[in-house]
Amino acid sequence: MTDLLPFLKSLISLSGLSGNEKPVRDQIASAWEPLTDELSVSRLGSLHGLKRGNANEPRPSLLIAAHMDSIGLMVTCLTHGFLRVTEIGGVDARVLPGQRVTVHGRRDLPGIIVQPPAHLLPPESQEGPVGTAHLLVDIGLRAGGVEKLVRPGDLVSFAQEPIEIKPDLLAGHSLDNRASVAALTHCLDELQTRAHAWDVWAVATTQEEVTLGGARTSAFQLEPKLAIAVDVTWAKSPGSPDHKTFSVGKGPTLGWGPNIHPGLHKAFKDLAERLEIPHAVEVMPKHSGTDAISMQVVASGLPTMVLSIPLRYMHSPVEMVSVKDITRAGHLLAEFIASLEADFMDRLQLDENP
Amino acid sequence: MTEISAGQAWRFRAGAAQIGLLKKLSEAVAVSGDEGEVRAIVMGQIRDHVDEVHVDALGNVLATRLGRDAKPPSPKNGTRLRVMLAAHMDEVGFMLTYDDGDGIYRFDLVGGMDERQLAGKAVWVGRQHVPGVIGAKPIHLTTPEERKRALSLDVLRIDVGPGGNKGVKVGDRATFATPFARLGPSLRGKALDDRLGVATLIELLRHAPPNVDLLAAFTVQEEVGLRGAQVAAYTFNPDLAIAVDSTPAMDLPAWDDEEQPGAGRYNTRLDGGPAIYVADGATLGDPRLVRWLIQTAESQGIPSQLRQPGGGGTDAGAIHLARGGVPSVSVSIPGRYAHTAAGLARLSDWQNTVRLLHAALSRLEPEVLDEER
Amino acid sequence: MKNANTGAAMKSLIQKLVETPGPPGYESLIRALVREAVESLADEVRVDALGNLIAVKGAATAGGRRIMLAAHLDEIGVIATHIDEKGFIRFTTLGGVGRTTCTGGRVRFLNGATGVIGHELLSDASKLPAFDQMFIDVGAKGKADCPVRVGDVAAFDRLLAEMGSRLVSKAMDDRIGVAVLVETLRRMGESPNQVHFVFSVQEEVGTRGATTAAYEIDPEVGIAVDVTRSGDTPKGVKMDVALGGGPAIKVRDSGMLSDPRVVDWMVRTADEGRIPYQLEVLETGTTDARAIQLTRAGVPAGCLSIPCRYIHSPSEMVDFGDVENAVRLLGALIAGSVEL
Repeated sequence: MTDLLPFLKSLISLSGLSGNEKPVRDQIASAWEPLTDELSVSRLGSLHGLKRGNANEPRPSLLIAAHMDSIGLMVTCLTHGFLRVTEIGGVDARVLPGQRVTVHGRRDLPGIIVQPPAHLLPPESQEGPVGTAHLLVDIGLRAGGVEKLVRPGDLVSFAQEPIEIKPDLLAGHSLDNRASVAALTHCLDELQTRAHAWDVWAVATTQEEVTLGGARTSAFQLEPKLAIAVDVTWAKSPGSPDHKTFSVGKGPTLGWGPNIHPGLHKAFKDLAERLEIPHAVEVMPKHSGTDAISMQVVASGLPTMVLSIPLRYMHSPVEMVSVKDITRAGHLLAEFIASLEADFMDRLQLDENP
Repeated sequence: MTEISAGQAWRFRAGAAQIGLLKKLSEAVAVSGDEGEVRAIVMGQIRDHVDEVHVDALGNVLATRLGRDAKPPSPKNGTRLRVMLAAHMDEVGFMLTYDDGDGIYRFDLVGGMDERQLAGKAVWVGRQHVPGVIGAKPIHLTTPEERKRALSLDVLRIDVGPGGNKGVKVGDRATFATPFARLGPSLRGKALDDRLGVATLIELLRHAPPNVDLLAAFTVQEEVGLRGAQVAAYTFNPDLAIAVDSTPAMDLPAWDDEEQPGAGRYNTRLDGGPAIYVADGATLGDPRLVRWLIQTAESQGIPSQLRQPGGGGTDAGAIHLARGGVPSVSVSIPGRYAHTAAGLARLSDWQNTVRLLHAALSRLEPEVLDEER
Repeated sequence: MKNANTGAAMKSLIQKLVETPGPPGYESLIRALVREAVESLADEVRVDALGNLIAVKGAATAGGRRIMLAAHLDEIGVIATHIDEKGFIRFTTLGGVGRTTCTGGRVRFLNGATGVIGHELLSDASKLPAFDQMFIDVGAKGKADCPVRVGDVAAFDRLLAEMGSRLVSKAMDDRIGVAVLVETLRRMGESPNQVHFVFSVQEEVGTRGATTAAYEIDPEVGIAVDVTRSGDTPKGVKMDVALGGGPAIKVRDSGMLSDPRVVDWMVRTADEGRIPYQLEVLETGTTDARAIQLTRAGVPAGCLSIPCRYIHSPSEMVDFGDVENAVRLLGALIAGSVEL
C-alpha cells in the first residue's frame, strides 16, 4: 500500500517539466511496479501501467490519464552571467519575481528569479508587472562559471519545498497534476484487493500542459473502449469567482459538457451518490481543459469522462490541495472500475430519451 | 426512394414536406455536445434510405448509401468512389452554469457568439423547450454612462420564472426561442447554420445518385472545434469529401451608404446560389474539386458563387487531415445573421444547393482525382 | 568535404527553388521542380492526396529505422478576395504575412500576372495599414481587363541576391530546407535506415501536409528542416543563435518540445563529426516537427534549423556556411544507426 502523503511530497520535489518528464516518471514507475502487471513507456515518454482484469478474452480496457508533466521555465540565452528564460506551459509572470528555482544545467544549480531595478527595464515595463522576457535568473556564479554549466535549452523548475499547511492540506508546486497521479496510484492500491472484469491502463501522460500529446498518442496506441482524465480544477480562493470554483475538502468534481460522455457522467454520479462520496458537478460548456480534449477525438472517437480535484492557486508554486479529496477521487475510480461489467459499452447511452 | 439515372438533372423543388422538415430542424434545441433532438429527427428521416446507419461514441450519425450501378462508371477503375458528405447537427447556444436561485441562472456561451446579441431575448431550455428569457435591466434604472457599455455575459442571466422549474437544472443547454417562418422568398429561423446542411444531406440520401457510394456524416460539435467530423472522417476513410454548411452573407449597406451593399467584404450574397469555397481559415479546398463543382454549375445552368477566401471554417477543416489526407471541398448555403436569434436565407439558394450537389455527384468520375493536386 | 562545384550546384538549385512561386495549397510548380531534382536519386517517388512529394531511399535493416525528414514546399502568399470596378484587387493572406513588409511589395500570381501592394489613405499615418486597407494593383484599367479573379493566389516576387557568404531571397523559408533535403538525398550512401524525404505542403497554414504524410509513413524518428530566427541583429529578439554559427538544433519552439533523446543524438553526432552547431529555443513559431511528433502512437521528433534573418519578409537572409554544415549534419544523422 502506498503511503500517499510521502509519495505525493516526493513527486512534487522532482523535476518533470513538459517534454522532459523522466525524473518524475521513474519515481511513479517504482511506485506502480508492485501495483501493475506490466509497465512500459510510450514513444512520447508516457508511463503505461497495465492491470489485467478477470473477464474472458477479448477483454475491454479503459484508460485513466493523469498527466505527470508540470509547467516551468527554460533558458533562452545567457547574458553577462545571468539567464534569460521563457515559459513552458501557462505561467503567470506575476508569480515569478523572488521565486527560488533549480536550473538543470550540467548539474542542478539553485537560482533566484529576479526583477531588475526599474531603470534597467524598458520604459513600458517600469510600472506594472514585468513580463518573463525582462526577468532574469541569478545562480550566484560569475559569468565564466555560468557559461561552463548552463546553456540555452536547459530547464528551470520551481524549488519551493512541499508545505504541510495542516495534516490534510498540502501546498507546493506541480500539485497540478501530481495530485491526480497520487489519486490514480491510490486507485491502483485499492484494486489490489478488488476484483475487476476490465483491463485497466493507468497512464501518467506527458506534455498535457503544451500539446496534450501524451494522452493523444497513448489513447491511439492502447485502443481503450473509454477514457477518463483525472486533473485538477479551480478551488474557491480570494479573487477567484465563486460561481466557477469548488471547495477544497468537499470531494472531487464530475465534469459535464461536450467533452464528456453523458452516460459516463451519469455512471459516476450514480456511483458517488450510492457510495456517499462527496462530489460536485462541474459544468464545462466548451471543453474540459484536460487530456480528455485529445482523447475524445482519437481515431474513431472515445467516450470520455473528467474527474477533477479542487486546487487553490493553480499554476503557482504554492498550489494547495486536500489529501482527503485525492483519496476520494482514487476511491471513486476504483469503485467505478470494479463496477464495470463486460457488457457496459452495450448499455452506455448517449441520449436519456433517444 | 427515387432512382435518378445519370445525366438527367434533378430539378429539386422544396414542397410542404421539406418546409415542414426545415421547421422541425430549425426549432430543435441541439447545442454542441447535446445534439439528441436533431439526431432523432435525422434517424427517422434517413432510416429507409440507407444501407447502414449507426451512432458513434460522440453522437455522429454515420450513414452509408451504396451506389446502385451494376457497372462502375469508369472501365479503368474497378470501384465506385466513396464520397463523404458532412453537415453538422449542432448549433451555437448556451449552457446554464450556476443557479442563482429563484429560477435565475448564470449561463455561458457554447460556440462563437457576439455577446451583444443576447439581451432581451426569449430562450428555450433543453429538449423540453422550457420557456425562459434573457432579461435586461429597465432603461429607467440605467445611467447614460452605463448604456455606453455592452451588456456582458457576466451580468446577463437566463430566467425561467420565480420558483424555478423542475425541468431545468445547471448543465442544461438553451437556445434562442425563434419560431421558423417563411418571409416571402426567405426562410427565417435560428440554427439555419447548419440545419439547412442537414436537410440537404437528407434530400441527397433520399435521391442518391447511383454512381457513387455516399457516406453521410451528420456531425456533432462542429461549432466547438470540428470535433465530430474529425472522428467521422477517420471512421469512413473516404476517397473525397464535401462539407455542406451555411456561410455568412454580409450583403448589407455600409454606414455611409457609399458603396454597393457589402462593398469589398460581402463573403457571399443572398440569391447568388450555393457558395463554393476556394479557401477558408481551416481548409485550402482541393482545386480539382472546386473546378468540378464550378463546371457542374455552369454546364447545368445552376446559379452559384464563390465564397470570398479567408476566415471561418467547416467540417472540411478536420476531414481533409484525416489519416493520409482526404481531398475536400466545402459548399454552403448563404445566410444572413448566423449565430444570432434570427437568421435569414433564400429558399431558392437552398434548392440550388441541393440541385448543384446532386448534379455534381451524378457526373462524378474517379478521374477527377487523376491529376496531381 | 567542401567542394566548390557542390557549392555552385547547390546555389543554383537554391536560386531556382526560391524564385519559383508556391503559396500554400498551390505548390504544383515547385513540386515539379523538386521532383525533377530527386526522381533519379530515390528508390521511389510519390505524390499523396494533399500534394506532398515523398521520396524514399533505402530499406530498413536490422538496427535501422524508418526516418522521416520534412521540409516544406509552400511559402507565404496572398489570395484575391474581390476585384473592384477599377480593377484593384483586395486580398487576404495565406500564412503569416507581416503588415510591415507589404507596402510597395511586388507579388506574382500563378497565372503570371505581377502586381504592387498599395494601401488606402490612413487617418493615422503612424499606424500600419490593416490587410483590408491594402490592395494589389496589376495595372488593369478596369474589372474587365484585370487578369486576376477571386480565388487566384500569388507569392511575393523577389530575386535571389548573394552578399558574401550570405544568400538573400524571399521563400528561404523553407526552400533552403528543401535544398538541404535534396542535397542530403544526393549524398546519401549506404545506410541501415529507410529515409522518407518529405517535401510537405501547407506548412505555413498549420503544418497540414506533414500531418497526413506522417500518418501514412508512421516513422520511428522524425526531423524537420526549417528556418529559425537569429538573435544577432540590432535590438532584436534575444536568442543565442547567430548567422554563421552553424545549423541550430532545436530544443523547443512555440508548438513543440523536441524529444530530449533526439536533441542529444543530434548534439553527439555533431560533436563526433566536428560540425559546428547552436542550440535553439524559439518563442514564436513552429514547424512540421510538431505534426510529426503527435502522429499515431507518437514519434520522437526534432528539428534542424537554418538561422535566418528577416523571416516572412521578401528578403530572408541565411548563411551558406550554415547551410553546408546542415547538409553535413543531416547526412551524418541518417548514415548510421539511430541511438536514442
